Amino acid sequence: MRVDGKGLVDRTTPVSFRFDGRAFLGYRGDTLASALLANEVKLVGRSFKYHRPRGVMGAGSEEANALVTVGRGAAQDPNVRATVQEVFEGLEARSQNRWPSLDFDLLAVNDLAAPFLGAGFYYKTFMWPKAFWEKIYEPVIRRAAGLGALSEEHNPDIYEKAYGFCDLLVIGAGPAGLMAALVAARAGADVILADEDSLMGGRLNSEVEDVDGMSGADWAAQAVAELDMLPNVRLMTRTTVTGAYDQGTYGALERVSHHLSDPQGRPKECFWRIVAKRAILCAGAIERPVAFRNNDRPGIMTASALRTYLNRYGVAPGRRVAVFANNDDAHRTARDLVAAGVHVGAVLDRRRDAPSSDLFEVIKGAEVCNTAGRKGLENVTYRTLAGEDKIETDCLAMSGGWNPTVHLTCHMNGRPVWSEAIQSFVPVEGMVPGLRVAGACNGVFSTQGALSEGAAQAVAALQDLGMTAVACDVPEAQDAPYRMAPLWAVAGGGRAWLDFQNDVTVKDVKQAAQENFRSVEHMKRYTTQGMSPDQGKNSNVGALAILADATGRGIPETGTTTFRPPFVPVSIAAIGAGAQGAGFAPQRFTTSHKASVARAAPMIEAGLWYRPSYFPTHGETTWRQSCDREVTMVREAVGVCDVSTLGKIDIQGADAATFLDFVYCNMFSTLKVGRTRYGLMLREDGTVMDDGTTACLGAQHFVMTTTTAAAGNVMRHLEYVHQCLRPELDVQMISVTEQWAQFAVAGPKARALLNGLLEDEIDNDSWPFMACGEVQLLGVSGRMFRISFSGEHAYEIAVPARYGESLFRLLVERAEALGGGAYGMEALNVLRIEKGFITHAEIHGRTTAFDIGMGRMVSAKKDCIGKTMSERPGLHGAEREQLIGLKPIGDVKQLTAGAHLFEVGADPIRENEQGYTTSVGFSPTMESFLGLAFLRNGRARHGEEVVMVDHLRGVTARCIVSDPVFFDPEGGRVRG
Amino acid sequence: MGELVTKSACEELLPLQIGGVQLSELTQTRMTSLAPKRGQEDALSDVLKGAHGMALPAVNRATGREGARAIWFGMGQVMLIGPMPDVALGAFAAMTDQSDAWAVVRLEGTGAEDVLARLVPLDLRSGSFKRGHTARSQLQHMTVSVTRVGEQAFQIMAFRSMAQTLVHELETAMKRVAARSAS
Repeated sequence: MRVDGKGLVDRTTPVSFRFDGRAFLGYRGDTLASALLANEVKLVGRSFKYHRPRGVMGAGSEEANALVTVGRGAAQDPNVRATVQEVFEGLEARSQNRWPSLDFDLLAVNDLAAPFLGAGFYYKTFMWPKAFWEKIYEPVIRRAAGLGALSEEHNPDIYEKAYGFCDLLVIGAGPAGLMAALVAARAGADVILADEDSLMGGRLNSEVEDVDGMSGADWAAQAVAELDMLPNVRLMTRTTVTGAYDQGTYGALERVSHHLSDPQGRPKECFWRIVAKRAILCAGAIERPVAFRNNDRPGIMTASALRTYLNRYGVAPGRRVAVFANNDDAHRTARDLVAAGVHVGAVLDRRRDAPSSDLFEVIKGAEVCNTAGRKGLENVTYRTLAGEDKIETDCLAMSGGWNPTVHLTCHMNGRPVWSEAIQSFVPVEGMVPGLRVAGACNGVFSTQGALSEGAAQAVAALQDLGMTAVACDVPEAQDAPYRMAPLWAVAGGGRAWLDFQNDVTVKDVKQAAQENFRSVEHMKRYTTQGMSPDQGKNSNVGALAILADATGRGIPETGTTTFRPPFVPVSIAAIGAGAQGAGFAPQRFTTSHKASVARAAPMIEAGLWYRPSYFPTHGETTWRQSCDREVTMVREAVGVCDVSTLGKIDIQGADAATFLDFVYCNMFSTLKVGRTRYGLMLREDGTVMDDGTTACLGAQHFVMTTTTAAAGNVMRHLEYVHQCLRPELDVQMISVTEQWAQFAVAGPKARALLNGLLEDEIDNDSWPFMACGEVQLLGVSGRMFRISFSGEHAYEIAVPARYGESLFRLLVERAEALGGGAYGMEALNVLRIEKGFITHAEIHGRTTAFDIGMGRMVSAKKDCIGKTMSERPGLHGAEREQLIGLKPIGDVKQLTAGAHLFEVGADPIRENEQGYTTSVGFSPTMESFLGLAFLRNGRARHGEEVVMVDHLRGVTARCIVSDPVFFDPEGGRVRG
Repeated sequence: MGELVTKSACEELLPLQIGGVQLSELTQTRMTSLAPKRGQEDALSDVLKGAHGMALPAVNRATGREGARAIWFGMGQVMLIGPMPDVALGAFAAMTDQSDAWAVVRLEGTGAEDVLARLVPLDLRSGSFKRGHTARSQLQHMTVSVTRVGEQAFQIMAFRSMAQTLVHELETAMKRVAARSAS
């Protein structure tokens, strides 16, 4: 219920929202949790394993119980903590892990089966009976256990990522953080102040206490206003710093529009990578629950959360409240409730020396030992030396003390140390380089202490940055000592929850110890304590205290589990923002792309490039029809193909020829100006790396081509060779792949086509096979290379890319006039298979120059990369699988790539394998399927019969082995 | 006989104006990569000064001004943007025409830094990345050259073939920044 005159929410702006289909009203500034509590909705979810009714337990990102699904359909977000979800007009939230409804959940039957579902239950199902796992346990457990579900639809929401930089990153905007930011900002440092909440101020907004003579909330607002005015400060609300990484880098999740009805183009979340020269962690502390029997009922929450609901949201979560604590701080809850006119049954304090109060009853030396009320708390049973008694209450505020939020300090594998004084872990200096810690997360729990330490750490950070702090007074604030006595679990039977989110009880931890999972890391995995969305924020210290007790060790000896990023759940969509769908990788388009698409060519990906597969013409219904036509067209008339995607590297310098001799296995220093040569490049281990042609354009000027997919690798390889192996060579190189649009013009009518465009006509004498040079066509300077990947009389013509589209259209138009046209990758592939030309299907990283029949290309007259290694035993000889041609000769006329070769009559099993096919295609020229393959001792077996077996596709074909060059073996056509 | 018509890398894609930020293409500009020959850096710098009015830029720096700029472009590489290169440069450097190899765009306006903060993992704040500073870095998944050419202006260069992705990424970030600044 709302309490008049309390809270910072905007009572003039009501907001309507729905929870599980029911309409409610809240106010602007409410969270879903506060608005539900104001509407007296106590039951908000079901627990993970036992499907126990659960209510709101906390008021921040550590919330373990109140997980809901927000939104519908593709955009639904599961496991949203109701305590951080702000209400907005039209918000629609649903409870989770219940069926058919939250109020009546059939799987609550699990709660009765609890004795069988304890620690290690999941692992024990692996063991016996064997067949049960996949068929019964796994599906049933998956269905029963769990939280929210994804929609399994494509997420249409906008996510964003961004990079931030600053001198000082202040994490958390409570008293310590605000003070640190003020000191640093006033000194002129570039400051980023990030806070999880929508309203900066931390506990100052939740407590009734004065700072500098005004309310804590007012002081915080004033500090934020001052910071907001400074140009060197970036205030980031709703931003959780999720991880600390190397070099002062921090991950942070900004919830940009989770609180808006209409985001108007804003992203839902933004994942920040913030690089800070220095950082101060002011993350505060989290109040820990106490483990006692049935401590998980709706209506039981932490004492500080209750104060937050009362003081910040003006909501009393109950009408008759009781408090159970082991420290003075929790007594403030009773004080604030009484002041607000809410009935306080009693404060039950475990300590016999607890302070008394005139405002409410304090029962000293009392501990809560049980509770009642299935879907909402009805009463608690407590025990004193005098015996057991009951208090009627609908809300119990519990406090077992505070745990500093040390998580971020541990992200680089630092370990916090145990503090006897506060009975919790505190960071030590230097756990994350450049990160200081101030306030409650450093174990300093008074407001005065937080303000002072925030200021002091900022001064120190400024000093590190070489900046000087402007003198400023630390305002006066509450400075009460933190008085507490440890209390982890109340003794007694029944189940006492430690980890509410994963349904882990005191018994489970003890059982883990009993079954010899005594290390804290083993206990965690055996019981699942500290996993899932809250990552043990509420339970870690409590659980290891129980484990320490059960194993007879101290808490410091037992140690903590490892804190890993992220501090709160981060959606993959935010981390990978911009990379959904086509955003996965850049797209590279050739200059002819539009013209090809306009001709209805299906585009295929070649690395990042898009290339036309084939160009269907009227009446063609299958790709094979187009491909066959295009192959024939090239063989009989002329075809045009965009080959711009091949890598082109401009190589210049006095030692350019020497360099080429070193990287290619064959000789290039003898190449004359105006001539092109085919080259083969080896890796350092002697296998083939890439092939291509290199043209000599001038005395010290070459242009190397690479295969499309290997362009980047070859460039990197050349840079490596130059920088690391041959730095003494005077050679300069740069990629010119993008500078030139290059087209193959291939076929008997290629020269006729080009002569229609070139300013100076060419003939076989001026432009013989393998000639290259500059040409003028239609007023533009271009380059021409008489090279052929089809075996036909062919040229490649290159113009600056700005003319690419225009030239492609023109070439295709001219080709069509000559009975030819454009051809795509399918035809290109068939053409080269007919000629036995290799691609990376053949030079796939395991084949040598010997294997592909180019052993003699490795020049004996010079050294080159890979030469010595290629001479190792086993890399040549009859045992090697060698490149051959294959043709089907039996009933089955089809060949498939990736199939295996066997001797006729041999069992087609692994042990009998003789080789494999690498490329196949139907050749309209030869009117047969043709294949390139590697066959053991293949070159000596031309004319032999083998059997091709494709076990995967179920194809078996009898073939004849031949030379890989099927068509025009004399090579007369390229020279014509 | 027909004629060849030119098409710029970002034709049909630019210019764009979203919120306070403009994105435009620098077209038809001569770009020449200069790679100093062994030990010729100083001599090249002198010729460059005489011929085009700018020194050879140091690592991560650009020299010159609008219309004639030299940008450090990687180890042992400088991109001369604007003028037809003086032939005298050829004695000291390997020169390669790169006029058509790069999509060159200018991102300008209040919020240009915020746009790049969504794509480029570098500290591009005006105090750290001043006018005349340049870097080879990445923009989302693309490798790019980024140069601050004005108080609120950056020149960004990406592979020509990636122009569409470049514009798409920048446009998306521009929309996000505009959406955020609208209140």
